[in-house]
Amino acid sequence: MSTGIEKEMWTTKLRKAWQKNLPVEKLLPDTQPAYVASWIYMFGVATLASLGVIIASGLWLSFEGASWYHYSSVGHFVNSIHFWAVQFFFIFMVVHLWGKFWMAAWRGKRMMTWVTGALAFVGSIATAFTGYLIQTNFDSQWISYEAKDGFNSVGIGSKFNVTNFGQMILLHVAFLPVIIGVITLIHVLLVRSKGVVPPIDAFNKELGERK
Amino acid sequence: MSDRRTELEAAPWGGRTRRYDLIKEGVVAVVIIAILAAVLSTLFGSPDDKQITFKDWAVSAPADFYATSVQELAGTSGTAGYGAPYNTASDGVNLGPLHLAKIMGVTHPVDTVNDFVITPLTTVSNAAPVADALKLWQASDAKQQSTWATNYDTALTKANQDASKVPTGDYGPVPELAAGLLTMAQAGSLDGALLSQGNYFQSDNTKQTLFLGDGSYFNDQSTASNLQGDTWGMMNETGRYPGQAWLWLYSFWYQIPPFNNEDNHPFGANADAWIMVIMGGLSLGLIIMPLIPGVRSLPYKIKIHRLIWKNYYQEENL
Ligand code: HEM
Repeated sequence: MSTGIEKEMWTTKLRKAWQKNLPVEKLLPDTQPAYVASWIYMFGVATLASLGVIIASGLWLSFEGASWYHYSSVGHFVNSIHFWAVQFFFIFMVVHLWGKFWMAAWRGKRMMTWVTGALAFVGSIATAFTGYLIQTNFDSQWISYEAKDGFNSVGIGSKFNVTNFGQMILLHVAFLPVIIGVITLIHVLLVRSKGVVPPIDAFNKELGERK
Repeated sequence: MSDRRTELEAAPWGGRTRRYDLIKEGVVAVVIIAILAAVLSTLFGSPDDKQITFKDWAVSAPADFYATSVQELAGTSGTAGYGAPYNTASDGVNLGPLHLAKIMGVTHPVDTVNDFVITPLTTVSNAAPVADALKLWQASDAKQQSTWATNYDTALTKANQDASKVPTGDYGPVPELAAGLLTMAQAGSLDGALLSQGNYFQSDNTKQTLFLGDGSYFNDQSTASNLQGDTWGMMNETGRYPGQAWLWLYSFWYQIPPFNNEDNHPFGANADAWIMVIMGGLSLGLIIMPLIPGVRSLPYKIKIHRLIWKNYYQEENL
């Protein structure tokens, strides 16, 4: 039973929208449609898992400081984990992206799932790039020297100065991971909310017959 | 696609289902990837070629360092002639009539004479000839300073950067200043002076990086490590490690005409800006791909989805 006052409340609206679009049974279901039986579905999860390993190893590196891994063998190991997890992350993400392309997985009002995924891809490249700039070694010296020309050429360099170590480390450990985290969260919640997209030809056979 | 079809594809699935444990799948994935990363880390570690310091440069390639210092004084170095965001010496690259860097202005002022040479020299106690040279320089006007520096820079270039072969001339205190900076760099005190510029807190390495890049030493090291942009260096990493392979498309444009030829106008000479625009456009295209006619129909024409959903297609005899 709802009164007129209750209807207008933001809190009520949010709760109702949430319950309608993402009830907990949809968020954490026991079953999936029969077609969710393909190796391709592992790549989204693998990308997410790699991101988890990246964040965990990155947090550890942050607590010890940017130069730690040059002189500590534990530090070098944690840095290596971070490095390889990033390589995995991108490999899995690219396979995931191509998979979703060939599945035309934006069908059935799933456009925003694609958009958030693509934003995560572009954002991850920017994040990885700032990571390369804060290695505090020869590679980061060279990358910052070369990359400045690209950013300067279109005026971005006036705000985003790749040779400014302080700016790059702050963006890499604070701003960019938060952005990637939020985009990824929305991406995954959208997938849960919309359900996994049915095969292209299921429409004719199953979806068509249901009506 | 028809609206009806879209509605059906958006509707909750009413067909057959199977048991699926999302959380278990996620946890197992994290464990496996952590183990894989740990194995690769143990076997291969990660790249970490030591940083180059001004001491390394001044000790390994003193003539190059010396000549670069003279160029900074004479205003002939890459940085001195760069334009925005560092100075107003040139208009910088352009996209047709748009000089975006210039429009954004000089946001990170770099004065190569003072920031790279004179100010660092004033932070240490110098030997008598250098101290005298510094006094003479500071007491002279800009025109005189520029004449000395340009004379010496020209003469040094003619002598192939061999200071001992430069004939006597009207160079003022310039040779002593460059020699003083070389001594300072060799002693290892230039890195800090360039960074701090007389301050306490400092986290902006712009000045060091620009100065380092003006010489040949840094460039030669990068060539030796296959990091130059015209040889796909953007995607490479030092040592035998995978680099930023995901930048392959960005790097690709630098390898092909007109962008691989700096003398080509307007595109080659402004490759940085044009490639930035191309990649910005392509990134946007990726984001809104489902709206692009033609591209979005490819998955219907090339039926890779039949492989992806192979089991389902077999079970349903589709
Ligand atoms: C941070 C990077 C990313 C993560 C962590 C991630 C994660 C996931 C996960 C866990 C799923 C559900 C399982 C699956 O279908 O594989 C999914 C689905 C999806 N992803 Fe991503 N993804 C990322 C990037 C991308 C990119 C770059 C694209 C494409 C441009 C993309 C497009 C999609 C689409 C369209 C779906 C829905 C598929 C469906 O309904 O069957 N994702 N993503």
